[in-house]
Amino acid sequence: MSHIEVRDVSLVYDTPAGRVPGVQAANFDIEASEFLCLLGPSGCGKSTLLNIIAGFLSPTGGEIRIGGKAVTGHGLDRGVVFQDFAQLFPWRTALGNVTFGLEMKGVPKQEREEIALKQLQLVKLEKFANAYPHHLSGGMQQRVAIARALAYNPAVLLMDEPFAALDAFTRDDMQRLLAEVWRETRKTVIYVTHNVAEAVYLADRVVVMTPHPGTVKIEVPIRLPRPRDPLSVEFLEYQKELLRQLGPAATGQATNGKAND
Amino acid sequence: MASATAGAGGRLRAFALNAYPFVVVGALWEMVARLGIFPPRLFPPLEEVAAALVRLTVAGILPHHAYETLLRLFAGFAIAAVAGVAVGIAMGRSRRAEDIFLPLVSIGAPIPGVAYAPLFMLWFGLGSFSTILLVGFVSAFPIIFNTWTGVKAVKEIWVRSAQAMGADNRQLFRQVILPGALPYILTGLRLGVAQAWRILVVVEMLAAVPWGLGWLIFGAREFLNTDVMLAGIFVIGLIGLTLEKHVFARLERYTVVRWGMMAS
Repeated sequence: MSHIEVRDVSLVYDTPAGRVPGVQAANFDIEASEFLCLLGPSGCGKSTLLNIIAGFLSPTGGEIRIGGKAVTGHGLDRGVVFQDFAQLFPWRTALGNVTFGLEMKGVPKQEREEIALKQLQLVKLEKFANAYPHHLSGGMQQRVAIARALAYNPAVLLMDEPFAALDAFTRDDMQRLLAEVWRETRKTVIYVTHNVAEAVYLADRVVVMTPHPGTVKIEVPIRLPRPRDPLSVEFLEYQKELLRQLGPAATGQATNGKAND
Repeated sequence: MASATAGAGGRLRAFALNAYPFVVVGALWEMVARLGIFPPRLFPPLEEVAAALVRLTVAGILPHHAYETLLRLFAGFAIAAVAGVAVGIAMGRSRRAEDIFLPLVSIGAPIPGVAYAPLFMLWFGLGSFSTILLVGFVSAFPIIFNTWTGVKAVKEIWVRSAQAMGADNRQLFRQVILPGALPYILTGLRLGVAQAWRILVVVEMLAAVPWGLGWLIFGAREFLNTDVMLAGIFVIGLIGLTLEKHVFARLERYTVVRWGMMAS
């Protein structure tokens, strides 16, 4: 399985106002099958970093290595789930969306539909295989997106605030479901969020980032048994610790999370 | 789409609603015709128009005219559709194509199609060939514009998703750009066919074609055959409506409306 190394990764944006550092010298590792959260407020470069790992952006300095090989562009070893519900193709059914990657790979129709149906079962949507995305709720669309990213069996799942646009109840359900999916598939997951409780609930390790410029401040391993209880004292202790690391500026933005469910 | 769900009663109601304005206009027409405000020869009552319609249809004359016109329409529109979609996609995908075509298309589009007609006749002669070319040329503009807009409107996140799932450029084009731009392309084709239809009938009057609805109407003027002219106009309207309702509306229903990309 792939071990991911983030080595001195920097990205400087050229804007009309001058050169703006997006990410500055980020360094960390991700073990195979690890669930890693990138946590930080807006502008800390966490999404930029994820897009670099996904291969959508090229770093201006440093490199990403997956299984020892430097990343150049996107590849089927990484599946991506975005925040925007619109990521699904509206002209394809849920099943058609999930088969897309396999179709690009040239997997025969019957085989890819069998695989896709299994992925839909994993996210509990097999009954909606033939529904078009506009007939599905936001939470269901995001589940299809997860199934779609898993269908061609990438080693790594990259998720950019996939549940941030959902209501609080649906988000809690999604987090539980994702924890289950991760336990069953043992994928390496890199999950971007600005929600402290979400990070503590999901992650093996949290990489805390701070803005202006976007830098990695500290890595916090979450040593709690799963499934995790968001109301336990230890859980709340981790939240406090992360909030302390994020600093006073981030506190207002990062607390509106899971603590009250 | 209420009629589809409401059953036979609803369908009848929908039909009555659609027919109602025509009944009113028809009644007014009859009134004016019978009052003798205009000479009957110039303003015939509806039954005479209907009689002309039946007579010309039975004799096979009207179908022949309609057939020739439709042939030119489809030939011209086919050229416009293929060329228009191709140019529109090129403009949407390539900066260079956009720089070349956009100024040309922006200048060409607002010029009324008929203005080109004398030029086409001098270049390509009278008859069907120049008519088809002109129809193709003029109706390509809305198709180009809409296709271009549609390709530009394809969401970046679809492209990224497809690339992340291993789509190469050809797959990206066929599986994402085309379906993503389809709502706009369909609108372009719909406007294109309407444009083709309008210019075609006019050019048939000018280009000395041997058959065609435009020629039928124009020719009938010589003999003050207003009933024939009205019969021809009626058929033109009927064909236009059929194309709209049974070709384009249906095409949209099966694709972009079903996908939630366009409201029904």
